[in-house]
Amino acid sequence: MSIQVRTMADMMASGESPDILFWVGCAGSFDDRAKKITKALVKILNHCKVNFAVLGTEESCTGDPAKRAGNEFTFQMQALMNIELLNGYEVKKIVTACPHCFNTLKNEYPELGGTYEVIHHTQLIQDLINTGKLTLADNGTFKGKKITFHDPCYLGRANDVYEAPRELIVKLDAALVEMKRCKTNGLCCGAGGAQMFKEAEKGNKEINVERTEDALQTSANIIATGCPFCNTMMTDGVKHFEKEEDVRVMDIAELIANAADL
Amino acid sequence: MQQLIFGVLTLSSFGFFAFNLRKIAQNIHMGLPLDRSDRKADRWRTMLLVALGQKKMFTRPIPALLHLAIYASFVITQIELIEILVDGFSGSHRFFQDSLGGFYTFMISFIEVLSVLAFIATIAFLARRNMLKLPRLTMKELAGWPKQDANLILVFELILISFIFTMNGADEVLQSYAGNSNGFAISSWLGPILFEGKSTQTLHILEQIGWWGHIAMVYTFMNYLPYSKHLHIFMAFPNTYFSKLEPKGQFTNMQSVTNEVKLMLDPNADPYAAPATDAAPSRFGAKDVNDLTWKNLMDAYSCTECGRCTSACPANTTGKLLSPRKIMMDTRDRMVELGDFKRKNGPDAEDGKSLLGSYITEEELWACTSCNACVQECPVNIDPLSIIMDLRRFLVMEESKVPTELTGMLTNIENNGAPWQFAPTERMNWANEE
Repeated sequence: MSIQVRTMADMMASGESPDILFWVGCAGSFDDRAKKITKALVKILNHCKVNFAVLGTEESCTGDPAKRAGNEFTFQMQALMNIELLNGYEVKKIVTACPHCFNTLKNEYPELGGTYEVIHHTQLIQDLINTGKLTLADNGTFKGKKITFHDPCYLGRANDVYEAPRELIVKLDAALVEMKRCKTNGLCCGAGGAQMFKEAEKGNKEINVERTEDALQTSANIIATGCPFCNTMMTDGVKHFEKEEDVRVMDIAELIANAADL
Repeated sequence: MQQLIFGVLTLSSFGFFAFNLRKIAQNIHMGLPLDRSDRKADRWRTMLLVALGQKKMFTRPIPALLHLAIYASFVITQIELIEILVDGFSGSHRFFQDSLGGFYTFMISFIEVLSVLAFIATIAFLARRNMLKLPRLTMKELAGWPKQDANLILVFELILISFIFTMNGADEVLQSYAGNSNGFAISSWLGPILFEGKSTQTLHILEQIGWWGHIAMVYTFMNYLPYSKHLHIFMAFPNTYFSKLEPKGQFTNMQSVTNEVKLMLDPNADPYAAPATDAAPSRFGAKDVNDLTWKNLMDAYSCTECGRCTSACPANTTGKLLSPRKIMMDTRDRMVELGDFKRKNGPDAEDGKSLLGSYITEEELWACTSCNACVQECPVNIDPLSIIMDLRRFLVMEESKVPTELTGMLTNIENNGAPWQFAPTERMNWANEE
């Protein structure tokens, strides 16, 4: 199934306005693995006939990694330019598949003049299912599978979203197995705070290896995440233990798209 | 004569305590202003749940129950302190016993039961610290004084409780010689075991030793607090009241930067306009404790070095140098040092040291993943992450000390609006790829 995406500029030109803006994010736009998540989400949005748009080439980094790296100048330059663009398009509601974009847009843009209703894609998908717009095919894709959910720090602790992704896993007819450290106690994948873009400081272990151990201990077949950076870190962790054959790392959007036969 | 000694002891104890509290207040006031006067109902609720209700302690039930025994006995025993003060000043003996009757017996019995529980809990804590060698209680940042401090407090508690039972036990045996009993839950059987058969004179002396020893320990304890991590018994309350109530992921906005960036982005701005006098701070981010907010400094005084933050820290558990607890201990130690120095040498004097550099290294700061595990774990809502971020901001914006790979990431964001080197024109390519 081919995907249909329209940009804000395109919609504006034809006098239309979307109900929701899909903020793709840099990982979702450029990272090969994360692009698959982006497309899975678009398939869901297309299938449910959600009237959405993306910013396309006008989108730019939210500034999150700059802010966490301590460079408030670069962050605010990005933020103010993005806010000007978003306000220009009169954006009211935003969905994003990246918890870092989610946190920044939701919590750090209002003080700079950008106030929007921002939701994470797991919350949107949950809403689509609850309102009957999306039904999962009874194809048994995940029947008998064990799935564990790795809480992204910027979704969980940072914004107290713990249940939306879990409720979706339960709907898959799969067994949700929890790691010993989960929800408020969830261990970071190691990518936050701009660590994604640098080597770790000297230590005796990589954080993603430590976290992947937690996940492997559950003997889950699938490690589910809701963050492109967690996805990279956990995928690397699974490779570290040479478990690629047995354990897959997937985003909630991909799981749902599969289960809905999209 | 005894009343005079008691009066002098009491006044000097409270006087010295007030003197030290003033220092603590002065030290906290070295911090930058921060408005936490909003959402009063939420603040009271947070304080009642987290400080009074110990909500966050109960994520680890066994230490929470032991801690609760000591905490409850400490709080309830303060009621008995009222009688001690009245007896001490007036020379009476158990002033409230006759007027309160059965209720008095109940209250003292309640205190006695709690004291026994606290005694057991204290022994358990001493054993845990010195025999079980729990990792978070034996880390290198606790070597020396912090470890002694922790043990000293526990020993104080044991002595204090021993004095209570010496006093009540001797009193009970004295009463029994006259055919009476105080009827307190513990001392009515513990007293005879310890002191049965002793002469009336000895018992009087024992009772006096118990009474004076008790009040002497209370005053010692009170005046020890300002020098100890144990100050958390008071600081937990204001500190939770002034908690950050925004989502944990929301980092502070630097208004000074907003002003400058708006100037840069606004084509109509007059670059030569005189800056508003109160707009520009002395520096971006924090180098020393007086660049942090007063709440960061209050956090430092509230820390009791339990190390739950550090044991949850992904960087620390994988062997990196960062320990959120050490960040808080360093902040407190530097604040006390700078406060003392400024009181001695005047408010503008510089001692040539700073929190960043003299206490905290760059390597520690760059190990943080900003995951908020430390903030989540803290039983008294301390926020080590906000200090780490402010120190990073100073490193990056004032000193341009950025790890090399991050320089690349920042340049990419500035040049092409993404942390990687991709052209903005390629941003939509995903939609057409198979």
